[in-house]
Amino acid sequence: MSTSSGSISSSPAPAAFERGSGPVLEVDDLHVEFRTRSAVVNAVNGISYSVDQGETLAILGESGSGKSVSAQAIMGILDSPPAVITGGGIHFQGRDMLTMNAEDQRQIRGPGIAMIFQDALSALNPVYSVGFQIGEMFRAHRGTSKKEAKQHAVELMDRVRIPAAARRVNDYPHQFSGGMRQRVMIAMALALDPRILIADEPTTALDVTVQAQVMDLLKDLQRDTGMGLILITHDLGVVNEVADRVAVMYAGKIVETGTVDDVFTKPSHPYTLGLMNSIPQVEAKGGRLNPIVGQPPNLAAIPSGCPFHPRCPRRRTGAEALPGRDCVADKPPLRLVVPGREAACHYSEEVLGV
Amino acid sequence: MGRFVIRRLLLTIPVLLGASFLIFAMVYALPGDPIRALAGDRPLSPAVAAQLRADYNLGDPLVVQYGKYLAGLAQGDFGSDFHGRPVLETVSQRLPVTAKLTLVAVLFETIIGLAAGLLAGIRRNGYFDNLVLVSTTIIISIPILVLGFFAQFIFGLKLGWFPIAGINQGWYSYLLPGLVLASASLAYVARLTRTSVAENMNADYVRTARAKGLPNRTVIVRHTLRNSLIPVITFIGADIGALLGGAIVTEAVFNIPGIGRAVFEAVKGQEGAVVVGIVTLMVFFFVFFNLIVDVLYAVLDPRIRYD
Amino acid sequence: MTEQEQRNLDPAQVETDVRIGVGAPAAESHDVKQNSLWSDAWGQLKRNPLFWIGSFLGVFFIVMAIVPQLFARGADPRSCSLSNSAQAPSGEHWMGFDQQGCDYLANVVYGARNSLAIGLFSVIGVLVIGILIGAVAGYYGGAMDSLLARITDIFFAIPLILGAIILLKVGPSTGLPILSDRGVGAVAIALALFGWMTAMRLVRSQVIAVKSQDYVAAARAMGASNLRILTRHILPNAVAPVLVYSTITVGVLIAAEATLTYLGVGLQRPAISWGLQISTGQSLLRTAPHLVLFPSIILSLTVMAFIMMGDALRDALDPRQRS
Repeated sequence: MSTSSGSISSSPAPAAFERGSGPVLEVDDLHVEFRTRSAVVNAVNGISYSVDQGETLAILGESGSGKSVSAQAIMGILDSPPAVITGGGIHFQGRDMLTMNAEDQRQIRGPGIAMIFQDALSALNPVYSVGFQIGEMFRAHRGTSKKEAKQHAVELMDRVRIPAAARRVNDYPHQFSGGMRQRVMIAMALALDPRILIADEPTTALDVTVQAQVMDLLKDLQRDTGMGLILITHDLGVVNEVADRVAVMYAGKIVETGTVDDVFTKPSHPYTLGLMNSIPQVEAKGGRLNPIVGQPPNLAAIPSGCPFHPRCPRRRTGAEALPGRDCVADKPPLRLVVPGREAACHYSEEVLGV
Repeated sequence: MGRFVIRRLLLTIPVLLGASFLIFAMVYALPGDPIRALAGDRPLSPAVAAQLRADYNLGDPLVVQYGKYLAGLAQGDFGSDFHGRPVLETVSQRLPVTAKLTLVAVLFETIIGLAAGLLAGIRRNGYFDNLVLVSTTIIISIPILVLGFFAQFIFGLKLGWFPIAGINQGWYSYLLPGLVLASASLAYVARLTRTSVAENMNADYVRTARAKGLPNRTVIVRHTLRNSLIPVITFIGADIGALLGGAIVTEAVFNIPGIGRAVFEAVKGQEGAVVVGIVTLMVFFFVFFNLIVDVLYAVLDPRIRYD
Repeated sequence: MTEQEQRNLDPAQVETDVRIGVGAPAAESHDVKQNSLWSDAWGQLKRNPLFWIGSFLGVFFIVMAIVPQLFARGADPRSCSLSNSAQAPSGEHWMGFDQQGCDYLANVVYGARNSLAIGLFSVIGVLVIGILIGAVAGYYGGAMDSLLARITDIFFAIPLILGAIILLKVGPSTGLPILSDRGVGAVAIALALFGWMTAMRLVRSQVIAVKSQDYVAAARAMGASNLRILTRHILPNAVAPVLVYSTITVGVLIAAEATLTYLGVGLQRPAISWGLQISTGQSLLRTAPHLVLFPSIILSLTVMAFIMMGDALRDALDPRQRS
């Protein structure tokens, strides 16, 4: 494995992004709105997270929680209009990407931060060979020749464990199976040794066995390169297997952070608690399921106070609530509950049981 | 790719056979006297009629007739007029004119249509986009017949910018008729390109290209354009058929001595064999062009090659 | 924006993901209003100005075709006097006179009947042939589909105008009913015979898409015959795109008829047709341009009416353009 990464770094260009210390990526109070004809949708409402090198952060949430939007905001590929970044900062190795000009931003995309998507068949251009599309990274960012770029593409395809890479480098995306196509995307993303890889639901469209293979591959690659991995998903099982830390999102906000072990075994937010309780238990066979009641919120009309309050079994309002901590009226900030754990709930300590 | 071309070539043969049979059937297999059909209202002496009957093998059973007809086609015998002049001779004289006209039309159609469609598609719902939408609707609605006369009247008679008729001014004389011929096709190409580009700009692979940090120009030219062109190329190929029909009208209106006008004159002059002969030739051209376009399509879109 | 994000955007339909763990089935479910395809389409149609313009023009010309007397200002298209030959338009006679000295307004107005009749009948023909062949090809598939596809390819090889020219040229001598009369029916037959192919392909692809739906399998499991499945279940759901197409086709075929008549193979004198009027007026283009101008304008407006309506219909029924 180290010999393959050796051959990548030996391409004639300075490693643009050094491995330094401190968090590689810091998202700071990010706000994103979608301004449609009928409503303004508050997709992301002030989220902050950071990723260190070598670390895997999982962003967990349902459809509509804003997790993909925040990632796309980082990559600068939001459709604007209608999307508008209305506040916050995105710091890559200390530099705020939102204040950079477009050209500087573009040079970070690819070499510094890379992204892979859910559906590899539609995410890859059907009329160009996979070798061409992987090689594009080298040709566009490093001015490599076509021949060398193709060579690098073969090496990368080898590295992501695509069999017969030298022969398949000229094949087209539709000629690969789903799992192989996803590996092609990973190869493409890894081409320039980025410091951060964002994986947006990378295994949702794949079979369970193929899922496991792809996640293993990602984990191995991360170990080799020391890159930070942001895994966006709604699959608790994947988070459990692969991630170090997790940030749970709800209604465009982060409602809980912590290590995966801590958060999953002892949640400190009612939403996370509800998720954990809703997982069907083998022992409880024959009983009823415990879903979270209600529906996810309409992002154009987010409930007042704590956005989870309409569905929260622990909500307290009026006389029961402590001053300044009325679930219907007061927005709970994301705060430290115990060291290493943050939660956005007025009564997290109770949920945690401390 | 090679296998695709061969397969496509093999498919062309039954189509050519079928089309020529259809034309043959219309003239010779329907009830009534084919000679009368070809001669229309032209009076024929019994001797001439008998001679023609022999020439066209009308005494033979239908299958044999068709066989001899096909053999004739293969040898370049597309019939002749009532003065004995072979259709092929008329065609070879006049073909260059129609070829030039059609070439001008295809160039107009492709260049203006693609450009307008691209600009409209990239800035969807902009001012230019709506302009293209409305103007193409109007252009498509005006038949080439009418457009020809309007153009002739306004730009030829009144403004004097272009010759009213004929081809006495070299390539310049082909500009106005060529544009008229291309008009409806141009409008369709513009619309199709616009829709195709607008759709492709939202495609997932365009998003991937941006996420890869590729420069904007590369994203548009390499990842949007080629994909958008695919349906347009297919259309242009199929549209050549409409151009051939339109050429007949355009050459009639502008008095251009091409094979289209030859058909027009043959209809008026009751030269049925000439009409059938030239139309058959046009059909063969059409099929051939479609073959080329299909191959071009496969070059652009690799998914097709492996069907 | 991908489908995923599109759905995220729609305030009323943020989807609850039912994967293990997150967003498990909720106890109460909201009733998302299901608009049918047609009521949605009507809503969008109402807002499209081109639809209203097209419909107004269309209705205008259809009425003109049915009761031309209303529009001809009392003139008889066939009462002519050579002393008025080719006179220019005036306050009394809005479109002047033609070469024979007949009131031109009356002639142009009465011409609508033939054109619209041909438009109507040829499109009916296109639909009948196209739906029949397309449905059979799509439903039965296999060898039948291949055979019909080949036949369609053969017809596709012969462009509309070219095929119609030959059929109409030999038609009169065949002695076949309608076809040999050189009238509205003959032209309609010729146009339908060489214009059905696109309709066939539309119907075929829709039938193929629909026949794998669950409700078709259900009908079959209940013992419904093939014919019943086709007519009751598949065709009603497969028909929308071809309806749009046929509206536009009315316009296209009206233009085609004028062209064929101009070329000499369509309607013949003494029929009143815009194509004939343009053809006769051609020689006097310099001195009496109104002879070509008026039928041309009316013809264009008629074609435009149907194309606008068809366009508006297509936009309204297009699932991707729904807001």
